[in-house]
Amino acid sequence: MSDTFFTASPHWTWWILLYFFIGGIAGAVFFLAAMLDLSGVASRESRVARGEPVSPHHRPASPVVRLGYYIAFLGVLISGFLLTIDLSRPLRFWHMLIENHTGRPMFKLWEPMSTGAWALLLFGLFAFLAAVAALSEDRPNIRLLQSAPVRLLRRPRLSAIVAVLGSIFGLYIAGYTGVLLAVTNRPIWADSHLLGLLFLVSGASTAPAALILLGARRLAADRVSLNWLVWFDHKVLILELLVLIVFLLSLGSVARVFLDWWGLVLLVGVFGVGILVPLFLHSREGTQTIASCVRIAWPVLAGGFLLRMVLLLSSNQIHVVGSGVTGR
Amino acid sequence: MSSGAARQRDSEPAVRAQQPQGLTPGTPSWDSSSRVQLKPSSAATLAQAPMGLYTDTTVCIGCKACEVACKEWNQLPATGGGKHEMSGDSYDNTRQLDGIHWRHVKFIEQFSEDRTDGRWLMMSDVCKHCVNAPCLEVCPTGAIIRTEFDTVVIQSDTCNGCRACIGACPFGVIGINDVSNVAQKCTLCYDRLQAGMEPACSQACPTDSIRFGPIRELKQQAQARVEQLHERGETRAYLYGADDKFLGGLNSFYLLVDQPEVYGLPVNPKMPTRNLIPSSLFSTAGAMVLALLAMVGLRKRRMDERAGEDREHV
Repeated sequence: MSDTFFTASPHWTWWILLYFFIGGIAGAVFFLAAMLDLSGVASRESRVARGEPVSPHHRPASPVVRLGYYIAFLGVLISGFLLTIDLSRPLRFWHMLIENHTGRPMFKLWEPMSTGAWALLLFGLFAFLAAVAALSEDRPNIRLLQSAPVRLLRRPRLSAIVAVLGSIFGLYIAGYTGVLLAVTNRPIWADSHLLGLLFLVSGASTAPAALILLGARRLAADRVSLNWLVWFDHKVLILELLVLIVFLLSLGSVARVFLDWWGLVLLVGVFGVGILVPLFLHSREGTQTIASCVRIAWPVLAGGFLLRMVLLLSSNQIHVVGSGVTGR
Repeated sequence: MSSGAARQRDSEPAVRAQQPQGLTPGTPSWDSSSRVQLKPSSAATLAQAPMGLYTDTTVCIGCKACEVACKEWNQLPATGGGKHEMSGDSYDNTRQLDGIHWRHVKFIEQFSEDRTDGRWLMMSDVCKHCVNAPCLEVCPTGAIIRTEFDTVVIQSDTCNGCRACIGACPFGVIGINDVSNVAQKCTLCYDRLQAGMEPACSQACPTDSIRFGPIRELKQQAQARVEQLHERGETRAYLYGADDKFLGGLNSFYLLVDQPEVYGLPVNPKMPTRNLIPSSLFSTAGAMVLALLAMVGLRKRRMDERAGEDREHV
């Protein structure tokens, strides 16, 4: 029996599950939006090189990019809220960042929960800056959004810095949650090194789906971005399938914990609905219409949620009681 | 990677004199009537050497005096406000260590089918006050500290109930106390130690199954007891956690007469941070693959875009 079976469950349940799901989407959506954004910058530079007229002080972001930044910022806000209410003492949330006795910064490089708290804060900052810049384009009639500091955010170089740094922290947020679970002594979580990678890839597959669902109207008018998102999602789903299989193999004998209802959810919900069905729809329907893309996005999102649910809750049911272990 | 270099048993405490707030060590005399016959003259003297517990499970009679003494001294609430159901698991109704149970007497019945042959194994379980403590290592708020006695204590005014320590503890010791709403566990009676007293559990133990004292002396006693049992024919006796084979050693170690799993203990408990570097490397590699994939797709997109523009020009 794995030594991880003798531990107690931290009872991270629904709030944390929602955080893992929403935080993963927020981080990866920012990354996708930033990639589109930076690609736009690159296009702009190539236009400059070709001698075409482009404003030197303005970086127009596409409607899809702007939507991505809004989703990321909203996701960060929700994530922070979910993490706070999950604490047994929510009003002490700031103890994650500041030592309450000394007032000094609280940071442990070797503890993902500590680095994650700081990463979420910094990702929130970049998501906020990107969202403000996007809003200033969407709402030109609001005077505050046309002030000098906001205009500065729309300068090509600064917006590129925000996009790159925000992407790094976004991908960190999407993946560190799996590493956080691995840095415990709990069954399943600590029995593989691939949970962080799996969560990251899953976040990257659910993010295009979320962007397609929430931005169907904007994407209908931007076929090129839509095609890229669908292409990216298709490739990442294949990657996710491979990583999930290798992850299960890496669990060894611990994988027997899935010989119950959780295994059924994993098989039907995650493998079937979340990965194989979308891949089948990709090959059959392609991306002919926005409606077909939306049809593919729903099961991808459901699969991403179920993946986290299975991995989080199946471990929670195993705990040491009496002189033995229950829930095996 | 860890919060500090892995420490060796019997070395000086790594975070000496890191005092919990609001608790000031005094210099009272050591209780010379203690059965363990340790006579350090003051709490300051006590702090010279790592202190801990040695539990000889062969003399435990399952009286639960340790549980009661612990509950009473630490003013821990009853389960379910006193409405407690019988577990049906031998005489064990405590069931587990958690935020309100800092001592747990385990009852292991090893009987043949017809119950004509067999034995009882009883073991009073508690926080192991690991030399390299996983809970202390992962606590993101700094609430868990190492005291001047080399014990591990959770500061209730700092803990915010994130529960990282619960999942990190290899022994399932820590839990949320529903009254204080913070993570709690055995403090090895830190307040009593500061006053020169021994922990409530060891003082209450009527058979000296639980012994308190400097780790070095406890190890000598434990080794002598193992040799005595071997001489008497109980060759299964061995010490669990007395050496530094795992977690740098346990400041609460045990004399057992069966495999660790039989007592609900892991064979080779590990630090949770063992997974940090490999997990992080896989994730970083994954992030690079995703970025590469996205760039390849965008390049394809730009080329498609340009091809479309060219078609329009034509």
